[in-house]
Amino acid sequence: MEHILTPKVEEVKLLDRYTAKKPAIGTLYLTATHLIFVETSCNTRKETWMLHHLIATVEKLPLTAMGCPLHISCKNFHVAHFVISSERDCQNVHQSLVRLSQPGKVEELYAFLYNPKQDEDERRNGWGFIDSAMDFKRMGLPNEFWEMTDLNKNYELCSTYHSELGIPKTASKGTVFGSAKFRSRGRIPTLSYYHKESNAAICRCSQPLSGLSARCVEDEEMLQAISRANPKSTFMYVVDTRPKLNAMANRAAGKGYENEDNYSNICFQFVGIENIHVMRNSLQKLLEVCAMKSPTMSDYLTGLENSGWLRHIKAVMDAGVFLAKAVAEDKASVLVHCSDGWDRTAQVCSLASILLDPFYRTIKGLMVLIEKEWISMGHKFTQRCGHVDGDPKEVSPVFTQFIECLWNLMEQYPCGFEYNEKYLLEIHNHVYSCQFGNFIGNCQREREEMRLYERTFSVWPFLWENRHQYRNPLHKCSLGREVLRPSTLPLNFKFWCGMYNHFDKGMQPKQSILDHLLTITQKKAEGEKKMTDLQIQLAVMDGVLADQGSPTGTPPEQTSLSPVSVSHTAENAKPLMNGAAVEEAEIELVPTAGSEKMEPVAIEN
Amino acid sequence: MFLCSHFILTQPVTFLVKHQQRCQEMEFAELIKTPRVDGVVLRRPFLPTVEGTLCLTGHHLILSSRQDNTEELWLLHANIDAIEKRFVGSLGTIIVKCKDLRVIQLDIPGMEECLNIASSIEVLSTLDSVSLMYPFFYRPMFQVIEDGWKSFLPEDAFKDLESMTEEWRLSDVNKDYSVCSSYPPLVAVPKDVDDDTLRKAAAFRHGGRFPVLSYYHKKNGMVMMRSGQPLTGTNGRRCKEDEKLINATLRAGKRGYIIDTRTVSVAQQAKARGGGFESEANYPQWRRIHKAIERSSILQESLIKLVEACNDQSHSMDRWLSKLEASNWQTHVKEILTTACLAAQCIDREGASVLVHGTEGTDSTLQVTSLAQIILDPACRTIQGFQALVEREWLQAGHPFQQRCSQSAYSNSKPRCEAPVFLLFLDCVWQILRQFPCSFQFSQHFLVLLFEHTYASQFGTFMGNSASERSKLNLSQKTVSLWSWVNRPQEVERLSNPLYEANCLVIWPSVAPQSLLLWEGVFLRWKRSSRCLDEAYDEMVHIIQYNNKELQNKVNNLRRQLAQLETEEPLLQTP
Repeated sequence: MEHILTPKVEEVKLLDRYTAKKPAIGTLYLTATHLIFVETSCNTRKETWMLHHLIATVEKLPLTAMGCPLHISCKNFHVAHFVISSERDCQNVHQSLVRLSQPGKVEELYAFLYNPKQDEDERRNGWGFIDSAMDFKRMGLPNEFWEMTDLNKNYELCSTYHSELGIPKTASKGTVFGSAKFRSRGRIPTLSYYHKESNAAICRCSQPLSGLSARCVEDEEMLQAISRANPKSTFMYVVDTRPKLNAMANRAAGKGYENEDNYSNICFQFVGIENIHVMRNSLQKLLEVCAMKSPTMSDYLTGLENSGWLRHIKAVMDAGVFLAKAVAEDKASVLVHCSDGWDRTAQVCSLASILLDPFYRTIKGLMVLIEKEWISMGHKFTQRCGHVDGDPKEVSPVFTQFIECLWNLMEQYPCGFEYNEKYLLEIHNHVYSCQFGNFIGNCQREREEMRLYERTFSVWPFLWENRHQYRNPLHKCSLGREVLRPSTLPLNFKFWCGMYNHFDKGMQPKQSILDHLLTITQKKAEGEKKMTDLQIQLAVMDGVLADQGSPTGTPPEQTSLSPVSVSHTAENAKPLMNGAAVEEAEIELVPTAGSEKMEPVAIEN
Repeated sequence: MFLCSHFILTQPVTFLVKHQQRCQEMEFAELIKTPRVDGVVLRRPFLPTVEGTLCLTGHHLILSSRQDNTEELWLLHANIDAIEKRFVGSLGTIIVKCKDLRVIQLDIPGMEECLNIASSIEVLSTLDSVSLMYPFFYRPMFQVIEDGWKSFLPEDAFKDLESMTEEWRLSDVNKDYSVCSSYPPLVAVPKDVDDDTLRKAAAFRHGGRFPVLSYYHKKNGMVMMRSGQPLTGTNGRRCKEDEKLINATLRAGKRGYIIDTRTVSVAQQAKARGGGFESEANYPQWRRIHKAIERSSILQESLIKLVEACNDQSHSMDRWLSKLEASNWQTHVKEILTTACLAAQCIDREGASVLVHGTEGTDSTLQVTSLAQIILDPACRTIQGFQALVEREWLQAGHPFQQRCSQSAYSNSKPRCEAPVFLLFLDCVWQILRQFPCSFQFSQHFLVLLFEHTYASQFGTFMGNSASERSKLNLSQKTVSLWSWVNRPQEVERLSNPLYEANCLVIWPSVAPQSLLLWEGVFLRWKRSSRCLDEAYDEMVHIIQYNNKELQNKVNNLRRQLAQLETEEPLLQTP
C-alpha cells in the first residue's frame, strides 16, 4: 500500500485516558485496513484493532519527554492516546493515517475489500434478507386508500427516493408530478407508516417551495388526498420539525412551510429540532466532556448542559411522541418534513413507528425500519458519516441521535424490546465502519450506480446470525400491540455512557446484568435441548420412535466477522480511581490491575 | 410496589378501629378536632384516584375506600414533612408532602373539616415529645422470630475479631457513657492501651470520641479507626496518650494514614474553635490527607435543591441539568465515594492502617468508614452483614439519627440539625450496587426501606441520637426493632438480590462522573410510573429463579428414567 510509510513501530506506549496507570507498551502495525496495537508489556497478548475508516481525527501533538503523542479518535467514540518514541515514526504514522482514514473515493472503503467467504448466491440472498417493500404488505397495503406505485422507477420523480413509493389512491399522476415540482428536490409526500387500527398514516416529504406567497394546486391536492385516505378524521397534522425561525428564513430563499390558509383542514405545527450543524457542534462539545481528565461532577454536569446534546435528544423524542400520539389517539394522519426531509424527518418518522408498532421493537423489525426510513428514503449516509473525504459541514450525527432516542426508550421499557443495547451499538458501529455495503451511498440510485449489491455484502444476515447476543432476555411479547407512551420529562434522559464511553471499560458497571441474564437463558436453551434429546432417547428405547443413529443435522458453518474496533476486551477492569488517591500529590497510590471479578465483556473478537 | 409502607397500607380495618379507640383515650384526642370525613378524594401520581373516608388517629392519616378491592392509605403523621392548603369554594385541598419524597393530594369537602384536618396534621406531624412517638404504641402484627435488639451485640461482633487477632480488646471504659456520651458502652481498642489512657485521649478529642476500632482487614491485619477531631486549638495542644493510643495500632516501622474528611482550610479554621488536626511534628508516623466532604447543613440544602429540581415540571432540559448541577448532590456522592475508596486503598493496596475523622466524627467520618467496609469486606454486602454494619458504624457509633432525620426536603420550618448524611451513604451504596449488581445479597429495595425508616417508622431502631439515649428511652423493651421485621424469611426474600453470587473480592467502584447516576429508586420514584420497571424486575426474578430450577429438575428426572431403562433393558443398547 502506497500510503503506508511505516508499517510497524515498536516500543509504542498506549496511555490510559483516565487513570494514572502505567501505559501499556507494544508494537503498532499499520495494515491496509486496520491499525493494530499489540501489547507486549503484559503476559496476555492484548490487541487493539482500529479500522482506518472508523478514525474520525488523528492528531500529532508536540514532542514531550516521553516521546511524540498521537491522539486518535474514532467515529464509534473509541479514543486512543499513543506515544511514539521517534518523532519521525510518529510523523509517518500520522501522515499514513490521515490519508487512510479519509479515502478519496467510495471504492476505497473497506466494504469493497471485505470478503466473508460467501458465494454469489449467498451474497444475493443476503441482500434480499430485508425487503422494505414487504413491510408495506405487513401493514396491509395496498388497500382501498393506499397503493404502491413505481412512478419513481427510474428516479425521475425524485432522485433521492426509493423506486417504489406509497401514495394515496386518489392522487393522480398529475397531482404527484405537480407536487414533486413544488417540493424541495422533488421529495413528494409519501407513505412512511400506516396504522391499520386507526387508518391514520404518517407521511414524509421535504419542505414546500412556497416562498413568501407561492402555492401549488397539485401539492394542495396531494395533501388533501392524504387527508381523505383517512376518512374518519376531519383533519391532518402537518409537522415541520424545524424551529420556526429556521423555517421562516427558508421562505426568503423560495422555500418554507405550508400556509394553513391554502391547504384545507390541516393543523400545522413546528416542533423545533435543530439543524445538522447545530447537532454536529453539540456532539463535539459532548465528546469534549467525555474526554475531560478527572472532571469534577460540576464540570461534567455543566459540560453536559452546555453541549445541549440531551436537549436535542429530547426534542427528537418529543417530536416522535407527538406523531405517535396524533396517530394513536387523535387518529389523524400526519405529514412530516424538515428542509430536505432526510435527517430530522427520518429520525422522527422512525421513532414514531417504533412507538406505534411492536414489530419495530424486534431484532428483524429494526432492520426493516432502518432499511425503510433511512436507507431507501435517502438519508445521506456517505456524507453524514463522512465516509469519504468531503465537505465537513455535511457530517452530522443524525443517525446516532436516533439510536440514542431508541436507547432511552429501552431504558424506560426494559421489557418492551426484543433487542438489547449491544444490538444498537453494533448497528451504530456498522453504520460508520463501512465493512458492509448497506450504509454506503447517499441514496438508492447512488447505490445502484455503485453496484453495491454485487461488490459488497449486506450486514443484516450477519447480525441475524448473531442475534442470540442481541436478545433482550427481559423481552415480553405479551406487551402485544401496545403503543408506547414514554415520559419525556428531562429527568428521564440519561447520558449514554455505554455509547460515548464504551471503550472506557473502567467507567462501565463491572458486572453486567444483561450478560448474566443472557448466560442464564442460554443455559436454559441448552437444558431444553438436552431435555428434548433425552425425551427422544427415551422414546427410542420405549420403541415409540425409530433410532436415527447419529444426530440429524450438523451445525451451520460459522461465518466470523473480522474485527471492526476492539479494545480492552481481555483486560481486567481497572479500578477507576479517578480523583481518588490518584489526585493526591503527597502519596503515590497507583492502582494495580483490578482484583474484581469480571463478567465477560461485550465485544467479541 | 416495593415500599415498606405497603405493610402499613394493608393492615386490617379492625386494627384501625381498636387503635382509634385507644388513641382517643389518650393525649391525642384533643388534637384531633375532626377525626373523620366522608367523601374525601385521594390523588396520587400514576395511580387511580380513590374516594373514601378519611380518618385521623394519633399516629396515622388513613383513607379507606368503600370499595373492597381498592387499597387503603395509611400514612404515618411522622412521615409528613409539610402540607399546603388550597380552597376552591367549599372544597378544600390538602397537599401532603412526605419525608419519603412522595406528594399526595386530598380533596376534602367542607372548609371547616379541611381546616381542622390540616391543623391536626400539622400538630401531629411535628410533635416534639419523644414519648408520644409511634414506635411506643406500635404492637407488631407479625411473629418476632428473632429479637432484632439482640441481633447485633458488640460482644458478638468482638468474638469475630478475637478469632482473627489478639491485638485488640473490648473496653468498658464508657459503660456509664461518662467518657463519651455518643459512644456505646463497649468499644474495641488496642490491647496494650489501658482505660486510663483512653480517658485522657477522650479529653483530647471532640465529644470525647477517642480513636476506636472501626474495621479490621483480615487479609493483611490493617485496621481502620475513627474518632472526633483532636482538640489542638490555636496553640497546638498535644496529648501523649492520644499519640500513644493511635501509634499502638501501627506495626513496627510502618506508617499510617489519617484521613481528615475536611479540607485543609476548614480544618485550620476549626483550630480557632478549639478543634484542629494532628500535626506532623506530634504524629510523625502518620501521613495526613484532607478531603472535602461537606458539613451537614450544606448537605440538607443540597437535598432540598435536588428534590426541588426533580419536581420541576418545566420540561426544559437545560433547566433540569443546571438545577441538578446546582444542587451539588452528585458532587457529594462523588466526594464521599472517592474518600471511601481512598481509605480502602490505603488499607488494601498500601497495607497501611487508617484513622478517619472530620469534626465531630459522627457524620462524614461514618460515611467513609462504612463505605470503605462495603468495598473491602464481602460480609458487609450480605443482608445480615449490612444490618450489622448499620448497627455498628451508624447506630452504635452515635450518628444522631433523630436530629438528622426529623425533617426532609419539603419542610418549611427552619432546619436545625437536619441533614441527609445517612441517605447519602445509602446513595453511595446504591452506586456501588449498580456497578456490581451481582455482588450484593440485597437489592436496592433494602436501601430504600432503610431510607424510609430513618425518617418515619413504626420501629424504634432509628430513634434517639446515640446508644445512651436509646438506653434511657428503654427502646429495646418498649419498641420493636426494625431488624426483627426485616429478618423474617418472607421479608428477607423480598429484599434479596436475585443476581447475587457471593464475591469474596474487594470491589472498586468507578467514581468518574459518568459512572455515578442519580438514584432513581429514591429521587425519581414518585415522578414516573413504576409499572415497566417493576415488570422488568419481576421478569428478571422469574428468569433467574424459576426457569432454571424447573428445567434442571426435568432433565434430572429424564436422566433417571433413562438410566432406569438402560439398566432394565441392556440388550437394546447393542444393535
